[in-house]
Amino acid sequence: MRKRGSRSIYMPVHRRRKGREKANMYSKGTKRKFSDGVDNKAVAASYSLQRQSLLDMSLLKLQLCHMLAEPNLCRSVLIANTVRQIQEEMAHDGSWQVVTEALGGSGHGPSDRLVDTEVLCQSLEQQDGGPRLYSVMGYDGCREEEVVTDKALCSVVVGDRSPALLLGTIGHCWDRGELRVEDGVSKDSGMGDEEGTRSGEGAKMATGQVFGTFEIKNGAPGSDPALEELFSDVDASYYDLDTMLTGMQSAPKMGPYDFLDSLASSHGSVSNSSCRADLNELDHIMEIIVGS
Amino acid sequence: SCCVGDSTTLHSADIISTVEFNHSGELLATGDKGGRVVIFQQELESKNQPQCRGEYNVYSTFQSHEPEFDYLKSLEIEEKINKIRWLPQKNAAQFLLSTNDKTIKLWKISERDKRPEGYNLKEEDGRYRDPTTVTTLRVPVFQPMDLMVEASPRRVFANAHTYHINSISVNSDCETYLSADDLRINLWNLEITDRSFNIVDIKPVNMEELTEVITAAEFHPNQCNTFVYSSSKGTIRLCDMRASALCDQHSKLFEEPEDPSNRSFFSEIISSISDVKFSHSGRYMMTRDYLSVKIWDLNMESRPVETYQVHEYLRSKLCSLYENDCIFDKFECCWNGNDSVVMTGSYNNFFRMFDRGYRQDVTLEASRESSKPRSVLKPRKVCTGGKRKKDEISVDSLDFNKKILHTAWHPQDNIIAVATTNNLYIFQDKL
Repeated sequence: MRKRGSRSIYMPVHRRRKGREKANMYSKGTKRKFSDGVDNKAVAASYSLQRQSLLDMSLLKLQLCHMLAEPNLCRSVLIANTVRQIQEEMAHDGSWQVVTEALGGSGHGPSDRLVDTEVLCQSLEQQDGGPRLYSVMGYDGCREEEVVTDKALCSVVVGDRSPALLLGTIGHCWDRGELRVEDGVSKDSGMGDEEGTRSGEGAKMATGQVFGTFEIKNGAPGSDPALEELFSDVDASYYDLDTMLTGMQSAPKMGPYDFLDSLASSHGSVSNSSCRADLNELDHIMEIIVGS
Repeated sequence: SCCVGDSTTLHSADIISTVEFNHSGELLATGDKGGRVVIFQQELESKNQPQCRGEYNVYSTFQSHEPEFDYLKSLEIEEKINKIRWLPQKNAAQFLLSTNDKTIKLWKISERDKRPEGYNLKEEDGRYRDPTTVTTLRVPVFQPMDLMVEASPRRVFANAHTYHINSISVNSDCETYLSADDLRINLWNLEITDRSFNIVDIKPVNMEELTEVITAAEFHPNQCNTFVYSSSKGTIRLCDMRASALCDQHSKLFEEPEDPSNRSFFSEIISSISDVKFSHSGRYMMTRDYLSVKIWDLNMESRPVETYQVHEYLRSKLCSLYENDCIFDKFECCWNGNDSVVMTGSYNNFFRMFDRGYRQDVTLEASRESSKPRSVLKPRKVCTGGKRKKDEISVDSLDFNKKILHTAWHPQDNIIAVATTNNLYIFQDKL
C-alpha cells in the first residue's frame, strides 16, 4: 500500500505484547494511562483504526442478525445504537483522513483489526489530549452540524475494504471534495489503479471518480472491475437497519444510513449549481444501495 | 456468614434456561431449551442424618412447550422455557406458569397415590364387563397405589405477544400476573385466557426510532398495584396501575448518572439491565447489568444504595467480549430469604455472593471437579494483575463458554440452585 501526499502517514499502534503495560493495566484497574513518550497522533490513529474495526464488526453483526429468521431485538437495538454512536462520533470529529490513510497503509487482515482493545475501551475523554464532550446528536443535528471545517483531506481508499467504510467515506469525501475544489485535491490514494482515486478537477469529476462503479448502471464503459466486484457483493439490505429492527414489520425504510444520504442532500445549499446535479445523482445512488 | 457447601446434588439436563424455587422451597423447577420442565422435590429430613437437610430428587418431568411454526411470518417459535414462576399454594396441588417466547401456560402438578377399584361395569384393566354378567352392585373403593405425579396444562395464554417474552411475574393478589416482551407488558387474569390488558407499550410509531427495549419486569411482592420494568438503557421504571390503565408514564424512574471517566462505546451495552428482582421485604430492588449488581431503595431514584462489582476485570476486555457476543449475556440475580445476601453468576462457572451486612463477597465455582458431595466449596479468586498466586485464575484463562446465568435461592434456608450450561448444582449450607 503506497502512501503518497504531503502529510505524514500514521501507522496504527500495534498490539503491545505482554509486559509492563499489560501488568500496569490490570494492576491499576481499568483506566489506562498513557506513558509520556507516546505520540498523541499515533494514538489517535490507533483509536480511529479500532473505532473503524468496531464499526465494521457491528455492521457485520447486524447483517448476521438480519439473516436470522427472528433476530434478538434487544441485541439488535444495542448493536444499532453502538453503530449510531460510532458514526456520530466519526462525523463529529471528522477523522476520516487518519482512518483511511492508516487502513490504506497497513494492509491488516481482518484478524489483526482488533488490536489494543484497551485503547478503544477506555474513556473517550482521553483521546486527543483533552476532555471531549460526547455529543449525542440526532440525525437532524448531524445534518446541521456537518459544515466541514476540518481542513484535512480525505483520500478515497477503495479496494478490499468493507462496504461500510466505503459508504461512510463516500458521504464525507463528497463533502470534502466539494469544499476543497479550489485548493486542489490531494493525490493521496492507496492502491494504484484499482481504486477510484480523486482527481483535482473539481467536485463533479470527483463524484464521477468516486462513484465510478455506479456508472455501470448508466451503461458507461470503463468501470473499475474491482469496484464492480466490490459492489456486486453488497446486499442492499445490508444497511437496512430498520429491516433488522422491525423484523416482522412491513415496508422497511432506510435506517441510520440515510443520514449519509441526508448529509449529501443537505449540502445542496452550500454547493454551486453544477454540484446540485451530482447531489441528485448521489441521492439516487444511495437509494439504490440501501434498497429503499 | 455466607459460605455454603456441604452437600451437593448434581443433575444433568439439556441446556437449562431457568431455575425457580417454589414458595416453600420444597420444590425446585427448571426449564430447559427443549421445552421441558423438571421439578425436584426436597426429601424429608432423614432420621439418620438429622443435621442434613434432604436432597433434591426428580419429582416430575413434563414437556411444557413444543416448537411451533408461525405460518403467517414463516418463523419457528422456539420451545425454550424462558421463565417459570410458581403460584402460592392454595390446595394440595401446585401450580406454576411457564413461558417460551410467545405462549404462557399454567400447569397443575398434583399427586395421585390412590385409585378407585371395584367398578361395576368395568374390569380392573378397563375393559367393559358383559352387562349380562353384572348381578350385584358394588361401590368402588380407593386403594393405595404408587405415587404418581401428574402435570396437566390448565390454561394456555397465547397470541398476546408480538415480540419475545422475557419475564412473567405473579401478582401478590394471586389473581393476576404480568408478561413482558421487548416492547410491551400485558396483564392477565389467571382464569381468563382469551383476553389480556396491555399496561405498558414502548413501541415507537416508527420502528426506525427504536432505541430502547424492555428487558425484565416484576410485580412488587406486597403491593399489588406496583410493578417495575427495566430497560436496555439501564433504567428502571416503577409504575402504579392505579394511576392509569396504560402505565406508559412511570411513577418513578431509577437511573444512575453515567460515570464520565468510564465512558466508552460499550457503555450503553453494559448498562443494559438483564434482571430486576424485588427484595422479599419489598423495600429494595436489585438490578443486574453486565458488570455489576445494584441495590436500589425504592424511595431513592437518583442512584443505587449499594453497588457490587461482579467481574470488574472484564471492563478492559469489553471489545473482545463484544466480538464473541458474551457482552450480551443476560445474567440473573437473586436474594436470599432475609435479603441479607445477594447472588449472581459469572463466567468460568463462577458465581458470586455479596453479603450486604458484613460487606463481604465470595466467588465460588460450580463444577464437577471442585464439588464432590459433602465437600466444602472453596472460594475462588481471579487474578487481575501482577503475579498470579497459587490457586488463582488469571483473566485470560477464564472459560467464557462456561457461564452461570441462572441461580436461585431457597426462600428460607441457605440452599442455592446454580445452573451451569447443562448441569444443575444444589448447594446446602453446613449446619
